This record gives sequence, C-alpha cells and structure tokens, in this order.
Amino acid sequence: MKKRATFSTPHATSHAHRWLPWTLLAPQLVIVALFFFWPAAQALYQSVLQEDAFGASRAFVGLENFQALWNDSTYLGSLQTTAFFSTLVAGIGLSLSLLLAVCANRVTNSAFWGASIYKTLLITPYAVAPVVAAVLWMFLFNSSFGVLPYVLQKMGVNWDYALNSTHAMTLIVLAAVWKQISYNFLFFLAGLQSIPRSLIEAASIDGASPWRRFWTMTFPLLAPTTFFLLVINIVYAFFDTFAIIDATTHGGPGKDTTILVYRLYYDGFKAQDLGGSAAQSVILMALVVLLTIVQFRYVERKVNY
Amino acid sequence: MVERKPLLDLLSHLILMVGVVVVALPIWIAFAGSTHTLDALIASPMPIWPGGEFWANYSQVLSVGGASGTRAPVLRMLGVSFVIASLIAVGKIILALISAFALVYFRFRFKQLAFWLIFITLMLPLEVRISPTYQVVSSLGLLNSYAGLTLPLLASATATFLMRQFFMTIPDELVEASRMDGASPMRFFWDVLLPLSRTNIAALFVIMFIYGWNQYLWPLLISTEERYYPIVIGIRQMIAAESQVEWQLVMTTAMLALIPPVLVVILMQRWFVRGLVDSEK
Repeated sequence: MKKRATFSTPHATSHAHRWLPWTLLAPQLVIVALFFFWPAAQALYQSVLQEDAFGASRAFVGLENFQALWNDSTYLGSLQTTAFFSTLVAGIGLSLSLLLAVCANRVTNSAFWGASIYKTLLITPYAVAPVVAAVLWMFLFNSSFGVLPYVLQKMGVNWDYALNSTHAMTLIVLAAVWKQISYNFLFFLAGLQSIPRSLIEAASIDGASPWRRFWTMTFPLLAPTTFFLLVINIVYAFFDTFAIIDATTHGGPGKDTTILVYRLYYDGFKAQDLGGSAAQSVILMALVVLLTIVQFRYVERKVNY
Repeated sequence: MVERKPLLDLLSHLILMVGVVVVALPIWIAFAGSTHTLDALIASPMPIWPGGEFWANYSQVLSVGGASGTRAPVLRMLGVSFVIASLIAVGKIILALISAFALVYFRFRFKQLAFWLIFITLMLPLEVRISPTYQVVSSLGLLNSYAGLTLPLLASATATFLMRQFFMTIPDELVEASRMDGASPMRFFWDVLLPLSRTNIAALFVIMFIYGWNQYLWPLLISTEERYYPIVIGIRQMIAAESQVEWQLVMTTAMLALIPPVLVVILMQRWFVRGLVDSEK
C-alpha cells in the first residue's frame, strides 16, 4: 500500500520539508542504532573472540566458541530441554485456549449475563508479570505446605519440585501456560468471530453436526490464526519464560529446566564467559530469524483462505 | 444462534466455569495467603480462606518491606515500577507517532533504508543480545538510572508498526485538503493526525504500560541499587532469602504487584483487546 498524497511534492519550494522527515526519524534511529544494531554487531564480533578470565586480552579464535558449544553435552541438553518445554507450552496452551474460545464463542451469542465475566476473568493473567505468575504457582505448589501437594499427597504422590525434574518441569509449564492463555484466547475468539455466520448456518442446514462443523470448517478456517499463535507461543516459551525459571527452579534440579535463554544469562552474567555467551546469542538470533522467515513464508502461501 | 442445543450450551458453560476457576485459583490462594501470619501458613495444609492479618501484612509491606531478602518498602518499589512503565509507554507512543508520520507522509531519499532499519528490530527480542546491550548501557554510565532502564526497551518498533498501519488507512483526501488550505506538515500532524489517533494511542498505552510494568530480566541486570528496584525485582529478592521465606509478605507483595496492571486491563478492556489484536495483524 502506498500513499498517493504526501508532503513531499516535486515542486515543493520549502527546503525545510526536506529535513523534516529526518528530524522526525532521528530519535528512533539513534535509539535503534545504540541499543539494537551496535549490540547485535557486538554479539557477532564477540562470538569469534576468546577473552581471558580478567578481560585483559582477547584473541581471534574463529568458530571455536561454536565448536565448544557443539561438543558441550550440557548445551545440547539445554537445546533439547528448550524444545521439549516450548512444545509443551505451545501445545497445551493452544489446545486449552482454543477449547475455551470455542465455548465462549458459543455462549456470547446467548443473552447470558455471565458471558462477559468469563472473558474478563480469562484475560486477567495477561496483565500478571511472569515472575508474579511464577510466585503464585510456587506458593500453590509449595512442597511443605502448598494446597495442591497436600491433595497430591492424599493420592500417593510425594511432590517436591526442588528434587524431582518432572515436577519442576510441570510447575514451569503450568505457570507459563497459565500466563499465556489470555493472549491465545483473545486471538482465537477474534478469529472465530470473523468466520462468516452464513457458512456455519449453511452447513448446519445441510445437517452437519457441531463436531463435524468444527473439524471440517471452523478449524481449517482458523489455520492462519493458529499458525500465527504457534510462532508467538514458541517465541514466548523461548524468551519470556526466563522470569518463571529464574524465580522457581533456577534451571534445576541439576540442569533439567535450563532453557537456552537461562543458560545464556547464566554464562554471560554469572560465569562471565564472554565468547561463549556471544556465540549462544548468535545461535538464538539465527533461530528467531529462521522462525520469522518461516512464519512469513508459510502464512503467505499455505494457510491463507 | 445457529441451532438450539441446550446440552451443548450447558457443556460450554461448564467448561468455561472450570477454566475460570483454574485461572482464578492461584490469585485467590495468593490473596488468602496474604491475610495470614506465617505460622498459620506453614501449618500443612495452609488455610484457603482469608484470615485476619490483612491490614497488618499490607501496611508492613508498603511502609517497611520484608524482613528477609530485601528490606526496601514496597510503596517505593511500586513508584519505581510506575515510573518505568509510564516512561516506556509514553516514550514508545511519542517515537511511534513521529516516526510513522515521517515514514507515511513524506517521500525522501533512503526512505526504504530507514524503513528497514526500524522494522528489522521487530525480529530480535532484547534477550538475545542481552550481554552486549548491557555493555553499551554500562559504558554510557546508565546503570541504576531510569534512562538505562527504559531506553533499550524503546528500541523495538512494535508501536511504530501499529501506528504506520493505522496512518495508512487514513484517507488521502485529508492530506490534500490540508495542503490546499496551506497547512504545514506539523500543523497537519497536530490538528488532523493526532485527534484521529486517539483510540489507537489509548490502546497502545495499555499494552505498553503492562509491557513496561512486567519487565524482569532487564531491571534485574540494570538495577543493583535498592532505590531502583521495580516491584517484580523486589519479589525476586524476597524469595531468594537464605532464611525462612516470609510467604505471607511475599504474597502480599505479589498481590500489590499484580493489582495495577490487572486494573488497567479490566478497566480499559475495550482498548486493550483492540490494541492487542490489531498490533499483531
């Protein structure tokens, strides 16, 4: 889309107009240069350097930092943990919110006064900070006095997320999904409401059951929304869950909940490994860029209706 | 309503009610926890109904702070969070308005380049370039300052993108009419564009305020002095205590941390939903 009318006409007499757009853009360009391009370039540059422990000398080491990561079984392990964790967060989060959105879409049409209360309550977790979400779930799941471990104990499960990695993973997945449900729900609801009613009505006159209508019409029509949300949820699980892990498990027990971004933080700020963390930054950048490209390609070609 | 299926409607209501209860459960338990003494809480199982310590816990946390971990009063941390969130929201909106205005309403050399320089920032979140960005901020001497806490978060162009999309939908006739009347570009900006953007600005404000309020990793690195702790960092310090964590005070602080953004979302629900759904399309 292009604007036909602008303030820059070929016969504009005022020279002030030539500098105005740059003046307007200057603040954003300065901030972007300082805090985006320079750091991103630094990450690329530092990823091929090795620095000694005191920061006194640097040496060019080529791809050695990347090789070291490749040979480090704990890094590959954290790659695996990240994949597992984000699959769970995206899978569970999307399924639950789609279910809730379908139900909400069904009842919003009725004159029930509670319909808007559902929506208001379901979007509340969006406003809650990830670390607060983590603390709430930690409290609920506190190994010594929490409400849910008490119930689990009655069922014979000895809950302790500080020692049991399955329990730790369950806790962070729950907190992460809880927080993201609002976002997914709103987008699914908007998607459902944009499906033409006439389509659904035609199918139901033809005798298609609600179940069949959902799988043969609604679900395929929602594909662009679902795909968009899938990418957003993966990016969320990769990066925004840092606070949840930092507050609850610290990547433990052992390294069983150390996802890539937590490891990057740990190596960069706790272990002070400059080259190694820069190489991790570059790998993460490549992953995000790849995701974005896949998103644009795929959305344009396959899932449009 | 496509057809009458009372059973299916009932099922939908049931599922929604379970969903709402599960979503509300952690918040309810946290609220209950914030109204008891520590001794009452750590007796397993903890009480799930509110107790009588509401005023004691809230007034202690607000004015004095916790006894373990950090001792910063929560009222001050709320203030820091409020300043950070407002600076980020207002900063993003101002940058978005003027950059989008330049990109949409002017033709100039290297416009395409400026466009890409700004919008490529949408691709990479701050987390992936966290160490080098920290080095930049620290070498500028901005550690423990509001500038250091907010400026790097302004480097993403989400708001600019939304504003640009909106400006593209404004009819060209308005520009032509303004030009015909001899209005300067800035006059057009103030008298036509800004009034038209009011709803979008409100929507952006809600989204960006929450975004700023909930920032965690960045303040964790930049705020090393207690007077620059936003409330989310305060909570982290309270649960990182070596001794017995004072859960009743942690829960009180957590409630205080979630109330402002939750209120913003609920009271401005209409703008919030619109802003959120629009900004990603």
